[in-house]
Amino acid sequence: MSGTHESVRKNIVILGAGTAGTMIANKLRHRLDRADWQITVVDRDDEHHYQPGYLFVPFGGYSHDQVVRSRHVFLPDGVDFVIGTVDKVEPEENAVVLEGGQRLPYDQLIIATGTTPRPDQTPGMLGPEWRRSIFDFYTLDGAEALAGALKRFEGGRLVVHITEMPIKCPVAPLEFTFLAEAWLRARGLRDRVELVFVTPLDAAFTKPVAAAHLGGMLDERKVHVETDFMVERIDTERKVLVSFDEREVPFDLLVTVPLNMGADFVARSGLGDELNYVSVDKHTQLSTTFDNLFAIGDASDIPASKAGSVAHFSVEIFVDNFLEHIAGRPMPGAFDGHANCFVESGDDKALLIDFNYDTEPLTGRYPLPVVGPMALLKETRANHLGKLAFRWIYWNVLLPGRPIPLPALMSMAGKHLPETEREKQEA
Amino acid sequence: MPTTTIDNHEIHVDDEGFMTQYEEWTEDLGEGLAAQIGVEMSDEHWKAIRFLRSDFREHGETATLRRVATVGGIPTKELFALFPKKPAKKMAYIAGLPKPRGCV
Repeated sequence: MSGTHESVRKNIVILGAGTAGTMIANKLRHRLDRADWQITVVDRDDEHHYQPGYLFVPFGGYSHDQVVRSRHVFLPDGVDFVIGTVDKVEPEENAVVLEGGQRLPYDQLIIATGTTPRPDQTPGMLGPEWRRSIFDFYTLDGAEALAGALKRFEGGRLVVHITEMPIKCPVAPLEFTFLAEAWLRARGLRDRVELVFVTPLDAAFTKPVAAAHLGGMLDERKVHVETDFMVERIDTERKVLVSFDEREVPFDLLVTVPLNMGADFVARSGLGDELNYVSVDKHTQLSTTFDNLFAIGDASDIPASKAGSVAHFSVEIFVDNFLEHIAGRPMPGAFDGHANCFVESGDDKALLIDFNYDTEPLTGRYPLPVVGPMALLKETRANHLGKLAFRWIYWNVLLPGRPIPLPALMSMAGKHLPETEREKQEA
Repeated sequence: MPTTTIDNHEIHVDDEGFMTQYEEWTEDLGEGLAAQIGVEMSDEHWKAIRFLRSDFREHGETATLRRVATVGGIPTKELFALFPKKPAKKMAYIAGLPKPRGCV
């Protein structure tokens, strides 16, 4: 009898066992009958990195073992874990092809392969100065190498640089700058260092209230901000960033966030935009072209932050939608782009921001009005402790797909609206 | 939603002066908007603006510089020469499209 059953069993294939892919595998396995649905997860390796932890590595805050675990231990029984590199998806054939030729047929495909820093995309970045005076901290190797460089750094121009938006965790470059400033101060080096923050945006951050607040924090810390800077190349001989409009920013130590791109197989499969992000509906994550293909987390082109919190909140909405979709019913939920990020500001303090597609980060309290306990857009020690506690929550509650008592959709409760917005809402 | 008058056309704009109604735009109006920010339109300028208009109609988003370069075929360097300092914003303004998303 089991042979007959096999033939009717349907396949869900999840590409990527990062934050979104792992959560989805756990949640779907608990809610779908094993006799009806087989779930296969593909990743190229068995190392799950707690990426928010990279930020602390350059300052000696976290060790390798605190940020890396095996992927498979977070996947439930009844899920097949395949280690392999995706060559391409054949969406017309409903199949994934791995390098080496193995084919994985699917009934439903979920792409959760994230986004990756691509230093190869900026001329000069991967040249002779890479990991000598040019570093990234969005990879564990990079963050570890930068820790060594910071230890040896005795003064000069420390330049923190964003190549192009969107990047994952868009507040991390600011956090790095705040932490570096505090770290240099603690080591008695601050007076010998010129700190520069270089961004393609027209302010420290994109949304007005947060940009003004975070920009003010850079001013207070005497960090020079170079805006509207689109890097064309790095001149490694002279150690300068050169922009398309021929401005130059010299550096002694460059901490750059390279261009971020989705996986190359997305482009090879004809599923991506110019940065290899899969085009999906921003409320349901369903492909704009194929009715059995979803993309979630950083891999999609939704206009939200590429951040773990967005992956988390969108997965909550996605799972309910997906179960309806495969039952042939309309999807009831609409993801709102909700993001919630701790922003480290140095000296054991942090801010918290909470926002979505339509509402920018505002001041106030979270998750409860007045009592908080977290303060929004304000530096507090409680927020810093919240950020540190999150690593435990991530490994023990979030990835296994256990419920977290925070609403997936953003709430206005506890938030203070700026005057102009309040007038608009009342009008 | 505020309105403003450019070359005797009344148009809907947001707080920063970006047009909010795709259909209200015409090439004449684009010429007027360009003059407002000190850009004199040439064939090269129009090539970029027309790409933004058609791309927005298909995708519902204002194209980024990278998209204008890779899909529209106009190198980023040239966009900075045509629309100095803030090409993405300036192109969106002239094309009567929303300011490109900051992508938080």
